[in-house]
Amino acid sequence: MKRTVFRGRLLPYLLVLPQVAVTIVFFFWPAAKSLWLSLYKSSPFGGRDVYVGLENFRALLTTPEYYDSVVNSFVFAGGVTGLSVLGGLVVAGLANQKIRGLAVYRTALLWPYGIAPAIAGIIFLFIFHPAYGILPYVVSFVTAYEFNWLLKGWVAMTLVVVATAWTHLGYNIAFFLAGLQGVPDSLLEAASVDGAGGVRRFTAIVLPLLSPVTFYLVVVNMVSAFFGSFGVIHAVTHGGPGGATEIMVYKLWKDGFIGLNLGSSAAQSVILMAIVIGLTMLQFRVAEKKVTY
Amino acid sequence: MTSFVPRWIPSLALVAALVVAVPGAALAKTEIHFWHAMTGQLSQALAEQARQFNDSQTEYEVKPLRKGNYAETLTAAIAAYRQRNPPHIVQVFEVGTQTMLLSGAVHPVHELMRQHEIRVNWDDFIKPVVGYYTKDGKLYSMPYNSSTPILYYNKDAFKKAGLDPEKPPKTWKDVEAYARKIIGAGAAKCGFSTGWPSWTMVENMHATHDQPFATKNNGFGGVEGVELLINREFGQKHIGALAAWQKDHVYSYGGRAGAADPRFVNGDCAIYIQSSALIGGFTRSVKFDWGTGELPHWGAPYKKATSIIGGATLWVLKGKPDAEYRGVARFLEFLARPEQQMWWHVNTGYLAISNTAVRNLEQGYHFVRNPKQYTAFAQLTGLPPMAPRAMQEKKAAPARPERVATPNSSGLRLGNFVQIRDAIESELENVFAGKKSVKQGLDDAVAKSNALLKEFAATNKP
Repeated sequence: MKRTVFRGRLLPYLLVLPQVAVTIVFFFWPAAKSLWLSLYKSSPFGGRDVYVGLENFRALLTTPEYYDSVVNSFVFAGGVTGLSVLGGLVVAGLANQKIRGLAVYRTALLWPYGIAPAIAGIIFLFIFHPAYGILPYVVSFVTAYEFNWLLKGWVAMTLVVVATAWTHLGYNIAFFLAGLQGVPDSLLEAASVDGAGGVRRFTAIVLPLLSPVTFYLVVVNMVSAFFGSFGVIHAVTHGGPGGATEIMVYKLWKDGFIGLNLGSSAAQSVILMAIVIGLTMLQFRVAEKKVTY
Repeated sequence: MTSFVPRWIPSLALVAALVVAVPGAALAKTEIHFWHAMTGQLSQALAEQARQFNDSQTEYEVKPLRKGNYAETLTAAIAAYRQRNPPHIVQVFEVGTQTMLLSGAVHPVHELMRQHEIRVNWDDFIKPVVGYYTKDGKLYSMPYNSSTPILYYNKDAFKKAGLDPEKPPKTWKDVEAYARKIIGAGAAKCGFSTGWPSWTMVENMHATHDQPFATKNNGFGGVEGVELLINREFGQKHIGALAAWQKDHVYSYGGRAGAADPRFVNGDCAIYIQSSALIGGFTRSVKFDWGTGELPHWGAPYKKATSIIGGATLWVLKGKPDAEYRGVARFLEFLARPEQQMWWHVNTGYLAISNTAVRNLEQGYHFVRNPKQYTAFAQLTGLPPMAPRAMQEKKAAPARPERVATPNSSGLRLGNFVQIRDAIESELENVFAGKKSVKQGLDDAVAKSNALLKEFAATNKP
């Protein structure tokens, strides 16, 4: 095997420098800044930063709305991850068959991923809005059911979960498709010869072979739902009704950028960061044991 | 070689040089950056005003720039200020007033004008508008786009239900009775809906019934120790009525901000309570015959008081070279002129806010031709409900002003007001959804708001 040996000590450091610099400037520095900000109360226009210790955290942990937003986050992230990973697997399984026009289907299936979350939110808004959406309009002809998520919290939550899961779907399908194509035909044929049915072949062979992909997707979808799922909620519900869809990242944005309460917002981002780091570590510790590479 | 170059080339070069030189001269104009949150037709009207000002003099050039919605514009201005590169002027919504007043980052408009010896007769401006932005008798920001909530109603639906299409409901009892008739006759699916729920149904209902919204004179009396009062008898009565009506579609909650606008436009709800600034939009988009009326009232024992405003004002930020502020002052003076006020009102539907402008509009029969535009003025100032000229033509006796201006109807000055509105609307949703009792919902809204007010007082000690 040929090994590349760098002469001189400086070059390797120089080569990793850009990546390290980007990480420091865009990840570590802002994270450190939020950590610092979370210990202060500061006036919006600056000039008055008062050190308050852990007061911002205390204030958060004593308000019921904050716990509501934590619960909402887990419901939301769990719902989005479950729906988009499972949905992705099912659709990828369907698209992995030998059917006519396969290339067209596969391309079309990736489209949702190319749609910005805010736009996806607007699309769902136009379909489901109680005042001008097409679906409630049609439903009103068929049944007397009033599809009003402006007041029904769980309907609003379901709506944003489905919309967000839909935006994640294309990404998951792509990964599952790649994973499925990596499953050797010889194994499946051998299993068939041994008398294994379709379900058995899927659970005994395909699923274990897909576990690295599944694990990766669960982590990525979870983190993305916790951190990045802002657009859909902002476009559709604004966190309402009555705070029913206010997830942590939305609340911290609202408190920081609308309410101009930077200290509390920073404290919320620190807590969110801790939760996501904790969750990811937990997944690596526990779930990775069941993953066969 | 010369033969290849046509004769006109040198002269073309000369022209090109001149063309380049002229914008060079234009660049010498001092630029005034104006960040705003207007969209669509409103944004065009704003740009037109800036253009008129730019054409009217040679020293300054106002450059409007849209920075997103109100909240985004304010956040952008704050970030720019912190980086020591703020715009000269930023448009801030009314709920941001207290934040701006205590920011230490603004040049009060009153002082700015005095420094540059530019006279504006502030006494000529409509009190409820100027009062909202005045502190210690001094105007801090330039009122720009102001509106007040009014009642819109579908005349076709009224006719279909056997109601007089020229008589909008005046009391909440009327609203209920009309709504039941309208629903009964199948003229609409719901009686009425609302935009900006906290602004129209809580803030303005307290104001027009002369009920205090918050302690310390609605927050005008200081920052420390201000608490909301919306969970008292009146608040419970009004929100309780809405919650009860919600059950049988007399009232139908349609979401926050303008989310319910389509419910009026598409005929679902026969009555709609929303900002007077929508008259322009409705004129273009509503296909049926419609009219306007003043906000409904509960009647005795409550006084009938004037309503309060919404909208935004222009704040002058510190941090630019002193000399440039003269241009800012001149631009604000330009906007304050009666003819600009009139132009802005006619083109956008926002209120003209100087008495001279209103008088001129009246003289020009504007309100006779556009009676819908008059409702907001009457309700905000306590003028008779019909324009004086229109009365002359109908040979009706001028009515006495129906509304009184009281301290409770002079506006609200609360810190963290954006979040307070959010807290109130959140709890209204819980009440309307039946998740909480009226009392519980309002108590929770007050508790949340009081915590926000306390937080604000701790961070912004004046």
